Amino acid sequence: MSDGGRQPGCYGLMAEFGGSQEILEAVRASRGAGYRRIEAYTPFPVDGLAEALELRKSPIPLLTLIGGILGVAVGWFIQWYSAVIDYPINSGGRPLNSWPAFVPTIIELGILGACLCAFGGALLLSGLPRLRHPVFDTPGFERVSCDRFFLCIRSDDPLFDRERTHAWLAALSPLRVASTPIHPGEPA
Amino acid sequence: MSGAPEVLREYGQPGAAPVIQGRHTYGSITDKIADLALERRSGRSFWLALGVTSVLAVVFAVSLIYLLVVGTGIWGLNNTVDWGFMITSYVWWIAIGNSGTFISAFLVLLRQRWRSSINRFAEAMTIFAVAMAGLLPIMHLGRPWFAYWLAPYPGKMNLWPQWRSPLEWDFFANTVYLILSILFWYLGLLPDLATLRDRARHRWQQLTYGLLALGWRGDARHWHHYESAYRLLAGLGAPLVISVHSVVSIDFAFSNLPGWHSTIFPPYFIGGALYSGLAMALTITIPIRAIFKLQDFITPRHLANLAKLMLACSFVLTYTYMTEMFTAFYSADKFEIATALDRLTGPYAWTYWLTIFCNVVLPQSIWFRRVRASPVALLIITVIINVGMWTERFMLIVTTLHRTFLPSSWHSFVPTFWDWSTLIGSLGSFVLLFLLFARFFPVISMAEMRRLNVRVSGVDR
Repeated sequence: MSDGGRQPGCYGLMAEFGGSQEILEAVRASRGAGYRRIEAYTPFPVDGLAEALELRKSPIPLLTLIGGILGVAVGWFIQWYSAVIDYPINSGGRPLNSWPAFVPTIIELGILGACLCAFGGALLLSGLPRLRHPVFDTPGFERVSCDRFFLCIRSDDPLFDRERTHAWLAALSPLRVASTPIHPGEPA
Repeated sequence: MSGAPEVLREYGQPGAAPVIQGRHTYGSITDKIADLALERRSGRSFWLALGVTSVLAVVFAVSLIYLLVVGTGIWGLNNTVDWGFMITSYVWWIAIGNSGTFISAFLVLLRQRWRSSINRFAEAMTIFAVAMAGLLPIMHLGRPWFAYWLAPYPGKMNLWPQWRSPLEWDFFANTVYLILSILFWYLGLLPDLATLRDRARHRWQQLTYGLLALGWRGDARHWHHYESAYRLLAGLGAPLVISVHSVVSIDFAFSNLPGWHSTIFPPYFIGGALYSGLAMALTITIPIRAIFKLQDFITPRHLANLAKLMLACSFVLTYTYMTEMFTAFYSADKFEIATALDRLTGPYAWTYWLTIFCNVVLPQSIWFRRVRASPVALLIITVIINVGMWTERFMLIVTTLHRTFLPSSWHSFVPTFWDWSTLIGSLGSFVLLFLLFARFFPVISMAEMRRLNVRVSGVDR
């Protein structure tokens, strides 16, 4: 698929909807019409929207698992190393590597690793923190965190054409269609 | 999406109170909750409460500073009873925190969607309670400035922590618990902080909420990762909370003292933790619901559900109280029996019977529908249960310690002024933190309420 390249000065066209079902149908229709660089902005997680946008399965469960395994490994190693190698104390002839007593700390550190990776992964994959983004310049976009749903067809979509895409979005009967500007040199 | 039959299946039998009352839209939900944080002028009662709790926070600070200057001798502790108010309060606070996680994490995993209205303050309750719980045992160390020795680090002294000690497990359990609670709470708060950022009219509000929201823009990709991470954090929080309170109970059970050395302690403590935390959640929810006029979102349904859960927990606790007594006498161990008899009839027997009254007898009133439907009755009951749960821990600690194996070292515990001032100060500080949270942050998750509203009422606007 050829990349159309971004139109200068335009991030994309935004259609504003008043309900979650409307944006879901608009996304499905636009995917059906061949648009690929579609973004949807909603005030709450809408069931089925990720599937409609054909988003890849979130890799966060895998990241969390890796974090958990790392936490367990670190927890195990640090206790074994300090109790057996670095600071061995013979206490009543008990074994130095008394692993059952290490288990609670290992569990806690495993959970710590997993939760840090889940949280950090969610931010990292969402590209946050990023205080400034072109979509914030869309007229009326401040209501996306309240009661409005936005569908964006980005200007680097291969099918993007200012007039035809505008007409396509207007045909989905949104509340309005607006253009999202982008400053020269700003990352999309 | 939710058709009528599904609504019935998910939200209970017909005739039960709804989870959202009145006709609401996405906009009206947002207006109501966001304006509480952004627009509301704080009334006289708020300032009064803030003033009182600030004074108590100062009392707390003075008590802790005096402790640092003079030492643990300011408390009523002695060589025999060396755990007193601080450890009692520590167990009490951490238990309250645990139930906040129960409400927010277990109920999300069980798809109990009514939790959406109350999980935000349950989580805030957890964080502030765990903060109090973390402070008290550190202050109890005697030389609190060496608390960092609990952490493993390759220092010059070549010292490592004692990994085989439950007190060390406690350090890890509580630290991880505090971190996870904060991350879970903050992740859930992100979309709401973005709402506040977008609605704020004052420059300082825009800057503060804008920075805290990290640039959240409600992108479907954000939600996609957010939901995955949120459920995973809930899934991690559930076993963590069990492990935290098990470890707290093992602090007791690993000793060889009669009255403590028992395998029932972990489930006993977890049942008690859920119980006292649900009580505290109701104690906090009921006034907030009234003051902020949140009756539409926190309905009689929520209060009744929490009360029913509390009643169930009271049976767990009743069972463990009975088992404790039975095991003591069945063991035929002189010392176990002596401790049991001391609890029933000794100098601290009033704490035992007060515990039984508050935690076993009184909650039976929740069987009555009229009690469950009355916020005032529930508020009174839950405050008494909170007292009862504190007394229970005090009874457990002091009755085991004050009669040792050697009668010549028997000793009593009498709390001093500084015991009381630290306890009351920590309560005041907790309420102060909570008031500030309720003033500046959305007390209910707006994003979750929007979703709940469309699922319950089908109004997609």
